[in-house]
Amino acid sequence: MAQPLVKKDDDRDDEADYSPFLGIEKGAVLQEARVFNDPQLDPRRCSQVITKLLYLLNQGETFTKVEATEVFFAVTKLFQSKDIGLRRMVYVMIKELSPSADEVIIVTSSLMKDMTSKTDMYRANAIRVLCRITDGTLLTQIERYLKQAIVDKNPVVASAALVSGIHLLQTNPEIVKRWSNEVQEAVQSRAALVQFHALALLHQIRQNDRLAVNKLVSSLTKGSVRSPLAQCLLIRYTSQVIRESANNNQAGDRPFYDFLEGCLRHKAEMVIFEAARAITELNGVTSRELTPAITVLQLFLSSSKPVLRFAAVRTLNKVAMTHPMAVTNCNIDMESLISDQNRSIATLAITTLLKTGNESSVDRLMKQITNFMSDIADEFKIVVVEAIRSLCLKFPLKHRSLMNFLSNILREEGGFEYKKAIVDSIVILIRDIPEAKESGLLHLCEFIEDCEFTYLSTQILHFLGIEGPKTSDPSKYIRYIYNRVHLENATVRAGAVSTLAKFGAMVDTLKPRVFVLLRRCLFDNDDEVRDRATLYINTLGGDGAVVETGEDVKEFLFGSLDIPLVNLENSLKNYEPSEESFDINSVPKEVKTQPLAEKKAPGKKPTGLGASPAGPPSTVDAYEKLLSSIPEFANFGKLFKSSAPVELTEAETEYAVNVVKHIFDGHVVFQYNCTNTIPEQLLENVTVIVDASEAEEFAEVASKPLRSLPYDSPGQTFVAFEKPEGVPAVGKFSNMLRFIVKEVDPSTGEAEDDGVEDEYQLEELEVVAADYMLKVGVSNFRNAWETMDADCERVDEYGLGPRESLAEAVNAVINLLGMQPCEGTEVVPNNSRSHTCLLSGVYIGNVKVLVRLQFGLDGPKDVAMKLAVRSEDEAVSDAIHEIVASG
Amino acid sequence: MESCPSIKNILLLDSEGNRVAVKYYSDEWPNNSAKEAFEKSLFTKTQKTNARTEAEIAMFESHIIVYKFVQDLHFFVTGAENENELILVTVLQGFFDAVGLLLRGTVDKKEALENLDLILLCLDEIVDGGNAVGTLLPTDEFVPYVKVFRLGWKLSIIILETDANVIAGKVASHNIDAAAPLSEQTISQALATAREHLARSLLK
Repeated sequence: MAQPLVKKDDDRDDEADYSPFLGIEKGAVLQEARVFNDPQLDPRRCSQVITKLLYLLNQGETFTKVEATEVFFAVTKLFQSKDIGLRRMVYVMIKELSPSADEVIIVTSSLMKDMTSKTDMYRANAIRVLCRITDGTLLTQIERYLKQAIVDKNPVVASAALVSGIHLLQTNPEIVKRWSNEVQEAVQSRAALVQFHALALLHQIRQNDRLAVNKLVSSLTKGSVRSPLAQCLLIRYTSQVIRESANNNQAGDRPFYDFLEGCLRHKAEMVIFEAARAITELNGVTSRELTPAITVLQLFLSSSKPVLRFAAVRTLNKVAMTHPMAVTNCNIDMESLISDQNRSIATLAITTLLKTGNESSVDRLMKQITNFMSDIADEFKIVVVEAIRSLCLKFPLKHRSLMNFLSNILREEGGFEYKKAIVDSIVILIRDIPEAKESGLLHLCEFIEDCEFTYLSTQILHFLGIEGPKTSDPSKYIRYIYNRVHLENATVRAGAVSTLAKFGAMVDTLKPRVFVLLRRCLFDNDDEVRDRATLYINTLGGDGAVVETGEDVKEFLFGSLDIPLVNLENSLKNYEPSEESFDINSVPKEVKTQPLAEKKAPGKKPTGLGASPAGPPSTVDAYEKLLSSIPEFANFGKLFKSSAPVELTEAETEYAVNVVKHIFDGHVVFQYNCTNTIPEQLLENVTVIVDASEAEEFAEVASKPLRSLPYDSPGQTFVAFEKPEGVPAVGKFSNMLRFIVKEVDPSTGEAEDDGVEDEYQLEELEVVAADYMLKVGVSNFRNAWETMDADCERVDEYGLGPRESLAEAVNAVINLLGMQPCEGTEVVPNNSRSHTCLLSGVYIGNVKVLVRLQFGLDGPKDVAMKLAVRSEDEAVSDAIHEIVASG
Repeated sequence: MESCPSIKNILLLDSEGNRVAVKYYSDEWPNNSAKEAFEKSLFTKTQKTNARTEAEIAMFESHIIVYKFVQDLHFFVTGAENENELILVTVLQGFFDAVGLLLRGTVDKKEALENLDLILLCLDEIVDGGNAVGTLLPTDEFVPYVKVFRLGWKLSIIILETDANVIAGKVASHNIDAAAPLSEQTISQALATAREHLARSLLK
């Protein structure tokens, strides 16, 4: 019987797998923890049990509250033992258990005793534990000891007290701030880590006081900081001071730059690198300032340590985006990194080289990259593809080799994101470099022959439909497209049918052939494909005769829609079948601004195939429907604009209210969206009392109370005002929420019968000029500007005074006017001293307005602006100027 | 203020990616399965690299990770994307060397597990703050860990010590029983483990 067991023990595999925790089980360990209660404690055994408990926690085991409490109480017994090792484990265990407030009391006295012990280790650890688990009340009792500990001669104790101070500062700042003197003394400590912890704490105490931080930095940068970590901190604080002082300082020598440069000669690599990085990240850094930093980073590039190489190449890569010339000196070192074992380093090196390289090195680089593409991960490949795209735009003459490279990697294995990046790049190159068009299109054609991603196939087919007919020989694409009709899934087949039809419509000579092909599609087994084929055959001329396709048919089928698709989709959803047919002109044209992420690359052409991601669904239609359903507001006419919701309460208050301003020609309706966040209350008869004494041109005409507002289900109440027709009247309104409160029994959800009337003050709301402006973009600003009558142009100059930055000033004016920025001009490149911004919109009364803003920096921070307005009505042009003049 | 160097976690995994000891200092990974998933993919990604002589580095899910391997143990330190890589590697090296000192040169999984208490103390001495992975089922008042997160504060994390000798010194001095000399203790420890081992095999 025993034989196999012994054998198993001898087995070598088993030996290798041996672990002291083999077969460990929570229940058993909790049982074992009873030894903590023994009158005669066995320190070693207790230590082992604690280790087992910690092991379980480490493996992700879950303890219930009851279990944790039980263990906690048992552990507190162990303070009786004098064994140092065991005590150390007890400290760790208590920290892991995060006892609750009433449990903390049990250990407080033991910990306080340890805090005043003669043994440094006890003192240090007791401080750390106590400060972790205590709340403010106890703190006043132990404050005296903590202050002493900060200046303790044992660095371990001092560090423990300082680190605890950093934690406590978040919960009890007023107490910790009283320790400033001791902390300041600790900054001068000889022990490196004490200095580091003291500096961190001192800075956190003072971080909201700019002057004090400034003083701290200037006194410490004179020397006396020994610890490398503290020095790194100091560099960070210094760059922060530099950033903030840049706002008021005249151009000239940068304060503290000498300190940063001095740190480049520090003996710790950590500090050298921190300083070099800080210099490269200075706002508006000059090449003279950059040079010493680049030099030390260059030395790191040839280090034997991967981490150093990585750090250096990553920083240089960032510098290359803004100062490519400064990095060219490192090119030789960079090239040797292409073959680096660490693929992250190699990728960073390549992309840096692509940014800094000149035209002659392109071919050589491409050869090297080709060798290395196969063994890096997709995410790195995308980085490389993007770098190549921008390189190609920089050196259009090299498009042949770069395009070849892209098409080669397109054929290789890869995930969707990677393939999409390549396709997007090719599309951008086709758009921007005319010579690359034909070869690019053929590459794409070949790709869809064997493409597993439906999304990419349809996008490419669509793109082919636009670009293909304009090439010298459109017929050569037909074969590729028609192949899709045979071989693909229904979605791609439908896309291919549309593309074919486009060729037919645009190129008359191809029309008969396209008809033959389209007719074959009539027998497809998918509805959509058949429908499309039928539609196109009929609209293009049906009988197969070679006829000119009518302009309006072309326009309808293939022209671009001038309304945002999201809005169209919403309008269609809201449309109820009736006698009246759907009117496409009723679809609002207001464009939701795209998420910021889309605008990362200023001045770049549209990002590839994928149409810009649809913004959040337009709510305009929903509003319109909602308002017209309320009889009081039904005769106000057409809704001109609805603002974005404006919050009238702070976050996390009892009642959350925001307001949407609906502008009509002669009326304004405020829609108050209210949410009741108290489960024990039901609000009834909710109204908003609006005081319009600061809005003279407005007169209240109607209001619609909200009958009941239960917990957590938003409701709306409305107030309507009359205002002079077509006039952009402005004004301020103060608001008071009035309602009847009824108590609700949370268990049954039933409300009491009697309620109490109550009021709740809301914040003020303003109707401003921008509310009368609709954001409507134009696709070609220049054209639109030229076609507008120059007689209605009004030009004037304004001084905007000192501003934080040019970008901030541009944004402020855009927000003031509430217009749609065109052609990405709302993005201000870093460090530029002048900027032109183009805006368009529709003013109340349906007057188109175009604005050209020219900004310039006048002196260090003063912004001057030239405002040119063109509109269909000169009165409106003047009104725009008035908005700016009074804003 | 995020200007204090921040460490997101310190991991010690075995050659199959299983945990030996880990410590998380960031709430980015909300639960154990998120943490395990992170460890698994990190392990797979770095497994094939040679990080035995010099510490290696990788960018991964917008973290910077420095790592070093010895025998069947894999040491990792994770930091924020914009963290100074050299600070991270200093922490890693401190941990790595301290473990080496504490395990007296025989650094492998078996030895590490047998001296897990030393490793855990070692982690405790390197960075202040953070928790082991396991969860205490949340009830109303877990002070301060849960409270801190509930109020939206960041649990402050600060590097305590990076010098391996100091770390190991602090850990070892706690562990040495004043009564039993070092050599004797190791023998008695060895005996204890042997006894345990034997008992276990008999029980199988």
